[in-house]
Amino acid sequence: MIGLSHYLILGCILFGIGAYGVIAKRNAVAVLMSVELMLNAVNINFVAAGKYIAPAAGIGQLFAIFVIVVAAAEVAVGLALIIVLFKARKSVNLSDFNILKW
Amino acid sequence: MTLKDISFLLIAGFTIVSALGVVTFKNIVHSALSLVLTFLGVAGIYFQLNAGFVGVVQILVYAGAISVLIIFAIMLVMDTEVNKTNLPNPSLGTSLLGGYIILLLTVTLGASIWFSSFPISAQLAPKDDVGFLANLMLGKYVVPFEIAAVLLLVAVVGAIILAKGAEDK
Amino acid sequence: MNIQNLFAHAWLIPLLPFLVFAMIGLILHRWPKVSAAASIAGIATSFIISLQIAWAVFGGPAGAAPFEIAARWLSMPGLRVDMGILIDPLTAVMLVVVTLVASLVQIYSLGYMHGDPGFASYYAYQSLFAGSMLGLVISNNFGQIFVFWELVGICSYLLIGFWFGRNSAKEAAKKAFITNRVGDFGFLLGILFLQIIFGTLNFADLADKIPQYANSAVLITISILLLAGPVGKSAQFPLHVWLPDAMEGPTPVSALIHAATMVAAGVYLIARAFFIFNTSPQTMMVIAIIGGFTALFAASIALVQSDIKRILAYSTLSQLGYMVMAMGVGAMTAGMFHLMTHAFFKSLLFLGAGSVIHAMTDEQNIWKMGGLYKKMPVTTWTFIIGALALAGIPPLSGFWSKDEILLGAYAGGHMGLYILGSLVAFMTAFYMFRLIFVAFFGSNTGGEAAHESPHVMTVPLIILAVISVFAGFVGSPLMGNIFGHYVTAAGAAEHEPSAAIMVVSSIIAIAGIFLAWLIYQRKAVDYEALKTKYIGIWTLLYNKYYIDEFYTWLIAHFVDGIAKVFFWFDLYVINGLVNGLAYITGRSGLQLRYTEDGQVQTYALYMLAGVVIILITAICAVFTALA
Repeated sequence: MIGLSHYLILGCILFGIGAYGVIAKRNAVAVLMSVELMLNAVNINFVAAGKYIAPAAGIGQLFAIFVIVVAAAEVAVGLALIIVLFKARKSVNLSDFNILKW
Repeated sequence: MTLKDISFLLIAGFTIVSALGVVTFKNIVHSALSLVLTFLGVAGIYFQLNAGFVGVVQILVYAGAISVLIIFAIMLVMDTEVNKTNLPNPSLGTSLLGGYIILLLTVTLGASIWFSSFPISAQLAPKDDVGFLANLMLGKYVVPFEIAAVLLLVAVVGAIILAKGAEDK
Repeated sequence: MNIQNLFAHAWLIPLLPFLVFAMIGLILHRWPKVSAAASIAGIATSFIISLQIAWAVFGGPAGAAPFEIAARWLSMPGLRVDMGILIDPLTAVMLVVVTLVASLVQIYSLGYMHGDPGFASYYAYQSLFAGSMLGLVISNNFGQIFVFWELVGICSYLLIGFWFGRNSAKEAAKKAFITNRVGDFGFLLGILFLQIIFGTLNFADLADKIPQYANSAVLITISILLLAGPVGKSAQFPLHVWLPDAMEGPTPVSALIHAATMVAAGVYLIARAFFIFNTSPQTMMVIAIIGGFTALFAASIALVQSDIKRILAYSTLSQLGYMVMAMGVGAMTAGMFHLMTHAFFKSLLFLGAGSVIHAMTDEQNIWKMGGLYKKMPVTTWTFIIGALALAGIPPLSGFWSKDEILLGAYAGGHMGLYILGSLVAFMTAFYMFRLIFVAFFGSNTGGEAAHESPHVMTVPLIILAVISVFAGFVGSPLMGNIFGHYVTAAGAAEHEPSAAIMVVSSIIAIAGIFLAWLIYQRKAVDYEALKTKYIGIWTLLYNKYYIDEFYTWLIAHFVDGIAKVFFWFDLYVINGLVNGLAYITGRSGLQLRYTEDGQVQTYALYMLAGVVIILITAICAVFTALA
């Protein structure tokens, strides 16, 4: 009854929520968290597709693991950057970083 | 409607609710905690799919390490009243437009997924999950594996240097 | 000398004066006398070559066959323009006339323009004009003729406005050029039509193609358009207004350009393009009527003028009308013959007038002259010979040519034009001898201080007088009308000479002279009383029928009015468009810059929007492909 489509749609919904968070949140850390949400959605897609379409190859899970690795690295570096920004501007409010405006 | 289906629906619903909590709470710490719940929910989905290894890795890495890292960072950069730390974007136009576009995206993708047919394989998954994955990782995909290791090293070093500030010698 | 070889070098004839012009302009202008010498040498050499060519052309049938060489100038698919020369009897006549009169005028100018600060540039312009006019007459296609046509117009402008310190000269030069331009507009349209419809502008090629289109509306339109050129250049009504004002230029210029050669270019063109005009009787009628009307119109104005050069100018207008009328009734030979004789005696008259003006220290009013015959005998007698030739007294040249025109009108059945022509002949004789009796034999004492002009001015007068006496015989029945034998065109009318016409025209001319003698010499009729009695007509004639005033009014109201409309359009619509475009760009830029708000999330949103659009497009494409 529950097939591949359902997993994929779940992935879509999570992705959409994460994208909304990237656009519509002011705190830089919140944006980073939303990015993590998007990556998780993608992972669900990979694993589901791998399990349903090519279970013997194990590609889906392997790819998901690598995505997790990269996401971890990216979170570390991203948060380091946020800390540097905070030291410079005493704020993590993205509205305050608008030097490039007209 | 088997038990498996019901459990899928429950876990999926839990995950989606937690995700909504991440983007909705005005308190960033509440957001972070919602994120942890989301990660757990996703791990549950993995177990539902019989991908045990990935699920455990998800819990260990995401819910364990990354969440802690995020909460540390939140604590380091928190400077105002905690209930106002995660306010939505002040520009209402951006939020609405963004919401609309994302809705469009989600609906389109969802519809296209629902109306397409996938080549479902009839094969069964191998029994020994972890060993099978280990064979692949150290066999066919050893190069990405090593590169991932190096990447982690670089990220760690980079993060430290960034956070500490490079000194001119 | 091999005829073909000689003809092939005919391009030297216009080239030499052009080279002289360049040399004077670049180097020689510092030495005025050297410039004059170079210019005269150039034109004299051209004259000698022209004589040789004429000798070869009129020496026998081998020479008389049209000779043409052409070099490709512009060649594109669908358009081919050649530069070339065409030597036939018509060309030969024009070459000799132009070079001879130009040489004599340039020699005369040594005396007339002596001491003028612009001496060198005067000769430069004279050479330029000579080169242009000669180039015009040896052209073998309409395009080349048009180029030289315009060049000649430029020279006219330069030479009329030569004394550019005078406001009247400047205005006259502009008027000449602009009036010519109006005619040239129609001319150019005609040429363009010819090119579009027949694909060629070459005279020989067109002569082959034209007959099949005879009497078609297309050809009538083209011929009327082409006619606009001669109407402007040869100062026919209604574009005659520039010629009297052109007398502001030095008198030798008037003699050369506005009597003998440039204004004859229009008549020459009608002769050249005769095969086009000949195809429709309506066009021929139009030409004849324009010519006849101009002749009468100008002669009537000349009856009451006081300025010696103005009288001669209106006389030129009238004679040009004669030539055009001759072309219109089909007597192309007669028209060209009259062009030739008129060139000689009219330039003689102008040079004589120049001699008088020079002696009277620039006084041009005939009522302020008098008794000149005692002080300036050579000038007087050569002038009288010229006037007799113009009036048409046998056996001078003017008689034979004018008579042939009247014969053409009469025998062609155009009785109205014949009567008109005879009336004009009467008036011509009258006003010329009015001029002579008042200026040379009059009792006013203005001529007391005059003295005869130097030899360099009187010798050309004598030469021209001799030619005026004897040049007519080549076209007269006494020599079997050799001129007409060679200079003719397909379809031109040929009539047997009629003794009756000759006698009648002689009587008319003598009657005119007699009347002038009565009124102005004998004072049998008091002209002052006549003038007051007919003061209305007199004022009308004296003021040139107020045509200039009418044109000024027309331009002020219509042309300026239309110009105002276009100015408004330009100011509000076109400027509005352009400025509006700039305004829109500015305002939209002002608004669009708000998209660059420096917020990373906004940029991320734009990127997301782009990705979504692409994604939706791709999904739709895939789904329609699958369906």
